[in-house]
Amino acid sequence: MMQRFDIVVAGGGPAGMAAAVSAAECGKQVAIVDDNLAPGGQIWRGKDIPATAKEWQARVNTANVTYLQEARIFAQPAPAMVRAEQNGNYLDIAYQKLILATGARERFLPFPGWTLPNVLGTGGLQALVKSGLSIEGKSVVVAGSGPLLLAVAAYLRAHGAKVLAVCEQAPFLRLLTFATSLVTDREKLRQAIAYKLQMLAVPFHTSCWPVSAQGRGKLESVTLRKGNRTRTIVCDYLACGFHLVPNTELAELLGCRIADGKVAVDEWQQTSVLNVYCAGEPTGIGGVELALIEGQIAGYASAGEQDKARAFFHERANRRDFARKLEETFALDPALKELASDDTFVCRCEDVPYRALKHEDSWRAAKLHTRCGMGPCQGRICGPATEFLFGWSTGSVRPPIFPTTLSCLGATPELTELQETR
Amino acid sequence: MPERVALTINGKRYEALEGTTVAAAIMNAGATCRTSVAQQARGPLCGMGICFECRATVNGKPHQRTCQMICENGMEVETQ
Amino acid sequence: MIATYDAVVVGAGIVGAACACELARAGMRMAIVEAEIIGGGATAAGMGHIVVMDDSPAQLALTRYAQALWNELASQLPASVEYDRCGTLWVASDEEEMREVHRKQALYTSVDISTEVLDSQALAEAEPNLRRPLPGALLVPFDAVLYPPCAAVYLVECAKLAGAVLYLGKTVTGAERGRVVLSDGTELSSAHIIHATGAGATRLMPHLPVRKRKGHLVITDRYPDFVRHQLVELGYLKSAHSIASDSVAFNVQPRRTGQLLIGSSRQYDDTGPWVDQKTVSAMLARAFDFLPPLKHLSSIRVWTGFRAATPDKLPLIGPTEDPSVFLATGHEGLGITTSLATAHLLTNHLLGRKSAIPLQPYLPERFAREVAYA
Repeated sequence: MMQRFDIVVAGGGPAGMAAAVSAAECGKQVAIVDDNLAPGGQIWRGKDIPATAKEWQARVNTANVTYLQEARIFAQPAPAMVRAEQNGNYLDIAYQKLILATGARERFLPFPGWTLPNVLGTGGLQALVKSGLSIEGKSVVVAGSGPLLLAVAAYLRAHGAKVLAVCEQAPFLRLLTFATSLVTDREKLRQAIAYKLQMLAVPFHTSCWPVSAQGRGKLESVTLRKGNRTRTIVCDYLACGFHLVPNTELAELLGCRIADGKVAVDEWQQTSVLNVYCAGEPTGIGGVELALIEGQIAGYASAGEQDKARAFFHERANRRDFARKLEETFALDPALKELASDDTFVCRCEDVPYRALKHEDSWRAAKLHTRCGMGPCQGRICGPATEFLFGWSTGSVRPPIFPTTLSCLGATPELTELQETR
Repeated sequence: MPERVALTINGKRYEALEGTTVAAAIMNAGATCRTSVAQQARGPLCGMGICFECRATVNGKPHQRTCQMICENGMEVETQ
Repeated sequence: MIATYDAVVVGAGIVGAACACELARAGMRMAIVEAEIIGGGATAAGMGHIVVMDDSPAQLALTRYAQALWNELASQLPASVEYDRCGTLWVASDEEEMREVHRKQALYTSVDISTEVLDSQALAEAEPNLRRPLPGALLVPFDAVLYPPCAAVYLVECAKLAGAVLYLGKTVTGAERGRVVLSDGTELSSAHIIHATGAGATRLMPHLPVRKRKGHLVITDRYPDFVRHQLVELGYLKSAHSIASDSVAFNVQPRRTGQLLIGSSRQYDDTGPWVDQKTVSAMLARAFDFLPPLKHLSSIRVWTGFRAATPDKLPLIGPTEDPSVFLATGHEGLGITTSLATAHLLTNHLLGRKSAIPLQPYLPERFAREVAYA
């Protein structure tokens, strides 16, 4: 089954929505292809989304945008075409221009006990609560790194959880510098103050991280370290994630140049591959506002409206400043490399322990000799971890970039005469 | 008044609010989703459909990412 | 800096690793040079099927000998090698292929290879997911499967235990006339240089009659007991036999993990490592034809690799015109199977000992007067 559009947007979060709306408002036939159950990406999920999210959703609904929901792009079976799996069937989507708005995912670092049930990511626990997990009266420790910690802690608290502590691995001074730099951004400042007020009763520790999680069959307590002091807290859930990493797999599959873990783009948000654009977190973790700006630039530029795109350049420069500050503030403490013990599983899909990996020279050698990264997550969880622990770069990407039903993998693409002669 | 949906998890009957994902229902029930290669019980980790720890057998089909599935009446969920 | 050895093996794929292990155990002072990853070439890309094949009497002799050697070694292999004597089922899809089943059985019986003919019902009981009805199959119960990169690692460890020195991450820039030169300037002096470089053999020896033959493989998530034996269609032999054209054939393997490995494809002209959709579509269509429920399973990875193909489908084992240079390459799709036999043949030749089977059919000199492929 094949559909054609002028512009296809991969990802339905803020960047994707902004790109799609912008391109559609220029008269283009646009489709958003999104994996999730509902639009909004990871950050705009559930019922309590901010007003700006509702506004963008309304704009998507009124614009001439086809929404291909629960569709996971996994391959490029022919030039200028991507293939997605949707409800067990394949969907070939042909485009003239493609905008990648594939977002980011949490970075997980292994430590003893991190595989226990009820240890989740910070975004992970929030997502589960948004999708029906009952958190009322449950005790939670929030740990790891990044602005997500406070946001998730505040959210959980607002939904009746007892947040016992928030533990940020970054040092206090760096956070203070970051916070003061927000003073010039009224929106962010308001947000930060709001979180802080909600969280007044909750202990917030810096230079602090989990060293182990304990429990029989599921989480019962977490041991945290700050300096040379450790403390064990009994709790129901541990929400632990170490900031975000860009989802660059689709960009890599298409041959886009990646620099320093980010998709390289020019001023029009165009990648190194002609007719492929990229906006939002994959070009560098920068938050919602930057994603919206980059999405609009990509949408207008791909629709040929350079002037409209250019109007956002100044604001993008400001927001990119913020992105740089984010990266500096939440850089990982090297001590986090020592958390895993020999027995700690680094690859959860294949249960590969640290001990098996520490003698390998490269990601590929580790894959072949230990099976690390060969499971269904395709290295999305253990890749960023091993990159931090061992300095390995995860190398080339092949289809399918997401596990897919064999019938979808094997379907022969319909090719028009035009494509065949390309 | 939100609707309730009835499903079974490992043979036991549970009710979930309409719109709840299977992963959330499994966690609310105090169950786990899957058993790892080294026989460890596992539950959801990323909540966004990429870690594959939330896989369970749903209506006889193994390897279903339960954090990406909404509970339906009569669904049969088994830890895999 | 020059180091002296009795033998240097270039390439630590499974063939090189097996040769190194055997030569080291025979008392030779050994070095192994590997540019990248042990077992990282075709060894990593292949199916790990230990299989007897009878495309020619020489191939039958070599694979039969090799199957026996693996069977002997099996109990010593560590769990990481995932050795599993699941047997091969050569599946017939029509009456002509069923006659081939009987012919094969007679041939294998004559050389003491254990087999059993399964009729339509027995086949359906042995492999319930195969389409029905199929006329039947030939079961070769002592064929096995294993995980090749870890087998190569094991064999290199055996070589090191017997005193071999491993030069890992070093590229060979020259290997002839008793001298192996590495890219960092290190020189190894040796009376015996063994090229076990697989599909890359022509980099150091451009005139070798070795051509790259690309293959694709797909691996699924875990579905224990979906198939119990390595399943191969008899048409596979036509695919592997043809030396000129691109082809696919039904070939599915159960791994110890419960995952299924799906092959196979052969292409000559496309020498890039990218995954080719047309080939994958054709290969999977063939697999679905034999195993209809396969189409509903989840696939996790697809990859490609390059077999080292020679014009007569037999490997190159033995001496060259350069008295210090020996070959152990050109194994096409039988590198895993025949690695141990190659090692024994080569070692015996170097030490002037008699081998269990003649070396003559695999000698490189058979191509001395060959000029070009058709």
